[in-house]
Amino acid sequence: MMTLIAWINRAIWFGTVIMFGSTGEIITERSGNLNLGVPGIMFLGGFASFAGAYYYENSTPDPSSAVVILIALICGILASTFGGLIYSFLTITLRANQNVTGLALTIFGSGIANFFGVKVLNGGTSVKAAFTHTVFSRPVPFLSKLGVFGDIFFSYGFMVYLAIILAALTHLVISRTRIGLNLRAVGENPATADSVGISVTKYKYLATCIGAAVTGLGGVYYVLDYGYGTWSSSSSIEGLGWLAVALVIFARWKPRNIIWGAYVFGIFFWFYNYAPALLNLTWPNTIVILTQMIPYVITILVLIYVSAKQKKDSLGPAALGLSYYREER
Amino acid sequence: MSNSTRTQVREPFMHITKRTDVKLWQSWGARIIAIILALVVNGFFIDSVTGLNPVDVYKIMWTGTFESTYNFMTTLRDVAMLLCISLALAPAFKMRFWNIGAEGQVLMGALLSAVVMIYLGGKIPSSSLFIIMFIVSCAAGALWAAIPAYFRAKWKTNETLFTLMMNYVAIDIVDVCTNTWRGSKSSMGQINAHTKAGWFPKVLGYRFTISILIVLALAIIIELYLNHSKHGYELSVLGESEDTARYAGINVQKVIVRTMLMSGAICGIAGFITVAGTDMTVSSATARGFGFTAIIVTWLAGLKTPYMFGMSFLLIFLEKGASQISSAYSSLNDYSTQVITGIILFFILGSEFFVKYKLVRRKKETAKKGGDSK
Repeated sequence: MMTLIAWINRAIWFGTVIMFGSTGEIITERSGNLNLGVPGIMFLGGFASFAGAYYYENSTPDPSSAVVILIALICGILASTFGGLIYSFLTITLRANQNVTGLALTIFGSGIANFFGVKVLNGGTSVKAAFTHTVFSRPVPFLSKLGVFGDIFFSYGFMVYLAIILAALTHLVISRTRIGLNLRAVGENPATADSVGISVTKYKYLATCIGAAVTGLGGVYYVLDYGYGTWSSSSSIEGLGWLAVALVIFARWKPRNIIWGAYVFGIFFWFYNYAPALLNLTWPNTIVILTQMIPYVITILVLIYVSAKQKKDSLGPAALGLSYYREER
Repeated sequence: MSNSTRTQVREPFMHITKRTDVKLWQSWGARIIAIILALVVNGFFIDSVTGLNPVDVYKIMWTGTFESTYNFMTTLRDVAMLLCISLALAPAFKMRFWNIGAEGQVLMGALLSAVVMIYLGGKIPSSSLFIIMFIVSCAAGALWAAIPAYFRAKWKTNETLFTLMMNYVAIDIVDVCTNTWRGSKSSMGQINAHTKAGWFPKVLGYRFTISILIVLALAIIIELYLNHSKHGYELSVLGESEDTARYAGINVQKVIVRTMLMSGAICGIAGFITVAGTDMTVSSATARGFGFTAIIVTWLAGLKTPYMFGMSFLLIFLEKGASQISSAYSSLNDYSTQVITGIILFFILGSEFFVKYKLVRRKKETAKKGGDSK
């Protein structure tokens, strides 16, 4: 039972990182921009929030929880929005190729984070923002003490719930509002959207930058809660960033599917660590590690399935990955 | 009436037109200006963060790469590896098939090379060993590329996302294999360390000389294939428009699968030469992220072989240079290469716009006309 709860906890921590990442990427992709810079943006957001929080908690003898949350979130959001802005400027204004720009952003983002990271590390292999971690991982008061129920549902830091709220909100905005309708129009057919007076450029810019900010929160959560508030030289942010891209496909570009999809990915990702003990498996460890590829394999199968079925609303935005040339329509 | 005033106000004073004929000096001028601007921005970055004189830093990058023969040769070795993958991607990109899965295709090639080395090394003559390694690596890379290609051809499955996912499946497979082979040891070490079976013989003092020669041959073949063969022509038609290709009687599905088989096979070769000429072992880091870097190289080089060499050289030079400067200055570390590379790539990406388009100042009269006709 303890193992099962630990597994669920771990899956939810893990899922939260990619839930932020995917929610942001869905907002971006709905505008027709396929941003492969997700890992880079998560690096930027994660490092900036860590650096801000770390310096704050070390500069004052009596740090306050509210201030540290504010600093971490603002730093994280600013840095990741900056990443989104570079991507937007290059792909929207200068019409550079989206795939290549995204990959360059990933190189740049991980470079910036690790370059300054080494300075923060100051020769060590990891540094910890202990106070910030306590604040970010503080469970829900009272409710978390309700035995097993509390352990499974309320033992997490506030960002776990923020992720769910953001995903739900994104779902509502995209499917129920005028703004969402316009956004989808831009992603499906920008020329048509343009002809009815929707500013394609404005929608693409805003969606990409807001999307990047949300994606960056995944990095913030990764460092400050999932990673126990430590910054270390070896970090698996990149792998999680790509999983977030995978989750967008798995969720078929619908934010409501992300809410459960992220946790499913988490369960599979941590299968190797908990399942053998729980299910009395005697597989060699090497085989169990194979289960880490399950999220990717499922994503591929979903991709094949929706394209074979030709379900139009599950294939992703029609103009995904294409720059919009007003003069060439 | 009020409507027309509104359009007039919103009319931008600049507009963008496509350049019809781009002269060579214009495209290269734009790129060189972009690189110089990027170096200036990087200079500011280096100066503001570390207080070092950027010119000194660049100088050390330069001398570090060119002054010692060994450094220069390893630079060439890495350029060859990156160029090899870029060559693999060029045919796929030419038909607008986004093969983002080179990393995985290289890894599968490398893995199968290692399998042959482990299980056949020393049991058969070395010439047949190399031939088997070569064929098996090609087949593994080709298979890894053909799976997404098949579904793309059949159901238009999004190949960008499919090939991206295949990378991580490959990484996991390699991890599982190396974990099994190493047993309780901390790393695999070199394969056949005593017999040296499946290692390229030393030519001119280096094992990787053969790798470089193989890539050189590949570069010539791909250049001819893309520009002087019927297949190459079919690819460019297909890249322009799938419908046009179909009307022209090109079997689109066949061309997609055939081209990706080739693309994957060349990635497999990149894996093979890395295992046999450089690493003598395999791990999930064998491809070193070059599978992703090559995408940038191929695209920014406009799929042209000589430019691909130039871009590969620039990026490898930056990587090597960064390790030089990080050993020379304590305030810079290895990661500065990624920052510098990222900034340079952003500038080159941005410069493409000025090669393809020109900004035209809108004159008052034409602005009015444009507003009316809308």
